[in-house]
Amino acid sequence: MPLLKDGRFVEDQWQRLEEHEIVPRDGAVIVDLERWQVERETLKERTAPLGLLLLPGQSPEEVAEDLPRFDLIALSFPAFKDGRAYSYARILRERLGYKGELRAVGEVLQDQLFFMVRVGFDAFEVNTRTSEEDFAAEMAKFPAVYQPSSCGETTVFARRHVGLAQCAAE
Amino acid sequence: MYRYDEFDQSLVDARVAEFRGQVARRLTGDITEDEFKPLRLMNGLYLQLHAYMLRVAIPYGTFNSRQMHMLAEISRKYDKGYGHFTTRQNIQYNWLKLDDVPDLLADLASVEMHAIQTSGNCIRNTTSDQYAGAAADEIEDPRPTCEIIRQWSTFHPEFSFLPRKFKIAVTGAPKDRAAVQIHDIGIQIVENNKGEVGYSIFVGGGLGRTPMIGKHIRAFLPRQDLLAYLEAIVRVYNMLGRRDNIYKARIKILVHETSAAEFTRLVEEEFEKIDKTNLLALPDEEIARISKYFAPPDFEELAPSPAALLDAIDQDRDFALWVKANVTPHKVQGYSIVNVSLKPIGGVPGDITADQMDGVAELAREYSFDEIRATHEQNLVLPHVRETDLYAIWQRLVELELATANIGLVSDMIACPGLDYCNLANARSIPVAQLISERFAELERQHNIGDLKIKISGCINACGHHHVGHIGILGVDRKGEEYYQITLGGSADENTRLGDITGPSFPYDKVVDAVETVVNTYVDIRTPGESFLQTYARVGLAPFKETLYAAA
Repeated sequence: MPLLKDGRFVEDQWQRLEEHEIVPRDGAVIVDLERWQVERETLKERTAPLGLLLLPGQSPEEVAEDLPRFDLIALSFPAFKDGRAYSYARILRERLGYKGELRAVGEVLQDQLFFMVRVGFDAFEVNTRTSEEDFAAEMAKFPAVYQPSSCGETTVFARRHVGLAQCAAE
Repeated sequence: MYRYDEFDQSLVDARVAEFRGQVARRLTGDITEDEFKPLRLMNGLYLQLHAYMLRVAIPYGTFNSRQMHMLAEISRKYDKGYGHFTTRQNIQYNWLKLDDVPDLLADLASVEMHAIQTSGNCIRNTTSDQYAGAAADEIEDPRPTCEIIRQWSTFHPEFSFLPRKFKIAVTGAPKDRAAVQIHDIGIQIVENNKGEVGYSIFVGGGLGRTPMIGKHIRAFLPRQDLLAYLEAIVRVYNMLGRRDNIYKARIKILVHETSAAEFTRLVEEEFEKIDKTNLLALPDEEIARISKYFAPPDFEELAPSPAALLDAIDQDRDFALWVKANVTPHKVQGYSIVNVSLKPIGGVPGDITADQMDGVAELAREYSFDEIRATHEQNLVLPHVRETDLYAIWQRLVELELATANIGLVSDMIACPGLDYCNLANARSIPVAQLISERFAELERQHNIGDLKIKISGCINACGHHHVGHIGILGVDRKGEEYYQITLGGSADENTRLGDITGPSFPYDKVVDAVETVVNTYVDIRTPGESFLQTYARVGLAPFKETLYAAA
């Protein structure tokens, strides 16, 4: 899967470990929640970057205490219609203060990128039809937003009531 | 009425451009039908039995003459010269071509309208009381609240891929004309003992194959907490609602399976956490700004019941019947609320031709401060009409063939599109409604029968609200034959109740007889002045069962 990060295709530095794979000593790896729960103590001793994959049904609030240990969290979209990870993303960013890479994996449609960015994702495993230009076009799609969300844009509700000077500064 | 500002308009325009791009990608095969489906659904576009169907939002049922004229023009330009008003205060076009739809949406945007989130697993168009701002029993006009919800829910990044569709209704009056207890979230505007206005919240109502009445989870929610509380409810639902079975995915199932008490606890806990961020508290200036659009129009000081009106009622029996059934008291003396029936005898409930749309638009501009309402019972309303103008309006409605004097009566039925249009249906609904309407064509007889709500659905998805019909009719498939199950005693007002099944279902050619038997039984056993629902509450199912199945 091509990886888009901050709007550019980049080489994926991370290895996602399958169930049967042994954790290598070096290199950035992504483990699933089950492995994290079972091998937590060993994994904590590792100095190389560690990422966590959460599936729908695995709320980030379950690992709130462990968040500082992770440099990457991947939230899975097993089907593009499964929208649970949108809520998880906001909880990670807005409630738990997670600042690392937040990656969308699974079925990630071009038309969903705008919403995903708004809830706090900054990296996307996209299908091969999506280009950097598509990403840029999606980001420019809507000129305003009504809801507050993770990326902190000023909402329409608030923009209507700020002075002209503030508007110009945005 | 609300008017878009630059932000609202820019978003609706952006949506048209986005959808134009998506249609182009679909037509070139760049995206599959599977991928396109949720995108078109979020723009209200369905693929029906014969053609594409578009559902256009009429937020909380309020619109003006310019918008109605555009709806007429669209029906001429892209459809067959008519449209269909739905049970969710929307209008549908049934005969569209996919490549016309972007242009159609651009036409809608030019009059501040759209089809955003009229379908799909997202927060749908918020519905409300069709008499908002005109009803005498109102605590507060519910439309500013509805408009705030409309804006908050539009392109909500977190809630665009919910387990299932999500419907919110708001009423501002104790008499519930918005059926809030059969919605995913029902909001009732209330006043507490300190004289503060806030919200009472119901969650988990809905019809479909598992009908449920909403659970009351909050008695009083302060006004500024509305969006934080809604966000808490929908977030809990988004994370915990079932996604393994489409028939168990609505929030009513989640509330039922977790129990109302536990669900309430989860919502309150989430609300506490959201509330701390204070992000969703609306600025007072913004509430004031939106409310100002719904300020009452410049009503004149008028004397009530003018002599000319009383004379006309005396001299013209048809007019008198129309006034009795279709005209409702207004909160301002000398004004009335006019209901325009879209249920002509033998017609298709909710259908309206382009010429009729233009006619209603002109009446609204001339006589009703340019306001029109669509009702969830598939009729239209002119909300602010001077009593002195009633006779003139009636005459114009007669010319337009929109003067059927049957609001709330037996021929004022709700019917879903059924097997004539819908690919989910098991049976036809519209022809059943037409046959019932013809059987009871005599208006004097309808008036003698009195208030009676018949609601017809062509399948268990219950788009025709049959569970809450005084008489409900549900189309079922029995070995390839259309059969109809009858329920009695349902109601969708502040005393919401689900109807009781009478017994075995009736074949297509017997269902009208069955309805007539129920009606005749009621007329035989009612005490003077007793409504159908009152009689049913008194005697129960037994006498109806007896007459219905006597021959069997």
